[in-house]
Amino acid sequence: MEFSYNWDWSVLFCTVQDVKIGCVAPYFYWIVEGFGWTIAVASAAWVIAFSWGSIIGILRTLEDPIWLRIPVVKSPVNFNTSAIEADNGVVLINIAWFLHGFATIYVTIFRNIPLLVQMFLWYFVLPEVLSKEAGMWLKRELPLPEYWTSVVCLGLYTASRVGEAVRAGINSITQGQHYAAMAVGLTRVQVYRYVLLPVAYRIIVPPLTSDFLGIFKNSSLALTIGVLELTAMTRQIDEYSYQTFESFTAATVLYILVTAIVMFVMRIVEGRVSIPGMISLGAK
Amino acid sequence: MNKTDNTAPSTETTSGVGMIRMNDVSKWYGDFQVLINCTTKVDVGEVVVICGPSGSGKSTLIKVINGLEPFQEGEITFDGISVGDQATNLPKLRSRIGMVFQNFELFPHITIIDNINLAQLKVLGRDQDEATKRSMELLERVGLIDQMDKFPAQLSGGQQQRVAIARGLAMDPAAMLFDEPTSALDPEMINEVLDVMTELALEGMTMMVVTHEMGFARRVAHRVVFMDEGRIEEDCSKDEFFSGERGERAQEFLSKILTH
Ligand SMILES: Nc1ncnc2c1ncn2[C@@H]1O[C@H](COP(=O)(O)OP(=O)(O)OP(=O)(O)O)[C@@H](O)[C@H]1O
Ligand SMILES: [Mg+2]
Repeated sequence: MEFSYNWDWSVLFCTVQDVKIGCVAPYFYWIVEGFGWTIAVASAAWVIAFSWGSIIGILRTLEDPIWLRIPVVKSPVNFNTSAIEADNGVVLINIAWFLHGFATIYVTIFRNIPLLVQMFLWYFVLPEVLSKEAGMWLKRELPLPEYWTSVVCLGLYTASRVGEAVRAGINSITQGQHYAAMAVGLTRVQVYRYVLLPVAYRIIVPPLTSDFLGIFKNSSLALTIGVLELTAMTRQIDEYSYQTFESFTAATVLYILVTAIVMFVMRIVEGRVSIPGMISLGAK
Repeated sequence: MNKTDNTAPSTETTSGVGMIRMNDVSKWYGDFQVLINCTTKVDVGEVVVICGPSGSGKSTLIKVINGLEPFQEGEITFDGISVGDQATNLPKLRSRIGMVFQNFELFPHITIIDNINLAQLKVLGRDQDEATKRSMELLERVGLIDQMDKFPAQLSGGQQQRVAIARGLAMDPAAMLFDEPTSALDPEMINEVLDVMTELALEGMTMMVVTHEMGFARRVAHRVVFMDEGRIEEDCSKDEFFSGERGERAQEFLSKILTH
């Protein structure tokens, strides 16, 4: 069968007549609006992914104990091996293993459940398993529930990937650097703040770039719970106008454009943060 | 051979106060015992050279002193403060002990001057001007003032190691620990680092130096500690150590490295 298609780019720019609504903006405007939502979902989710992911990654690198002082009121409590009984009614508990374990479980769960399933879990299942009031709040009172649900879902999912990148970055720094940073008298927090993290983030600019592009592309899954982002809008134009190729071409071009811009910007960033005289960072 | 070298500081230290004291220290890595009942002491102004075969525990011995590595038995005090005590503020203690590593370990992402400034600003709480002034004095002293705005990777090994020494000195430490400071260096750079260390020793800095540079030991050490398989096998004055009144293992070790 011969392929024949009536290209008509003007469809994107002419005014839409809708039986119910009357006269609405041109399809082109739908694309702009959808693109706006895509950017809004991706960037808000990235804020969560980057900050929460950094914390997760850092927690996964904790090895030395962190002692939490817990006053004991009554007779000595039998804690497990990670607790040391100190004098004068205080028990020291090592919370490092707990934080480390929490972060590991987090990464395992969020990285291994398909993103689409996570989207449905957040949107359809969570309000049901929560208490009645909380579920109601999520469904009714939270403004833009689809938007915020997709932001949280994408953010927490991508955080597990960012966390892995941060962990790998920190772990690629030699033990000698840890020692040197501690030896000058920096506290553990300062060691991370002034030595480990600045070097680690420089090393992981490439994987972070791909995680950011991932969040941008994955944001199209938000359409499954009703966010009218770029892909959703494109499908809508297709349904209204039957000009499938024009609408999807427009969307494709926009996705590629953003990807290209991000890659270009990140290449500049990478150059800016690269360390003079260093060929490869973090090589053991 | 060099006994009459008149640049050598007096073997008698002015005070008998132990700056670093280790008493019966044992350390395990899992089942493997790295340090076995180590006891020694470094007085104020004393220079102690530590040597011994690879894997004998020299680096570990250095690292337990400022608490970079924990130990399980025995006691270590630095200037009267117990290192192993849970209540000891280790970062504060470490800030009083300069440490120099085999691989320099400068912070790669900041300039030379910032490397020396960092702990002065963040640990000692000096202000930027004060810290920079001190850093520049020290860079002047190690002959690298013209390199202050470069990054570590832009310097030669010998230059990096001199910066690392300056970084330690910037904290006005009560003692300096060196872990094989010249063994990653090309031969022509070894002396520029040893010269700085010799000068420090002559000024009366308390130093513990892991090194196989026996020339340096002869010139500036007061005492030599010989380690083997986690034990301190010899702990004697430099003259005694080099005069031949030592155990079989030390003799064997010495003849090995001296023929190299
Ligand atoms: N983190 C570690 N875990 C397990 N074993 C270790 C660790 N660090 C060192 N060891 C072991 O402890 C022993 C002593 O190591 P150490 O680095 O103190 O030796 P060294 O005398 O400094 O040797 P070298 O001259 O090679 O530097 C070695 O057998 C080493 O394999
Ligand atoms: Mg060693």
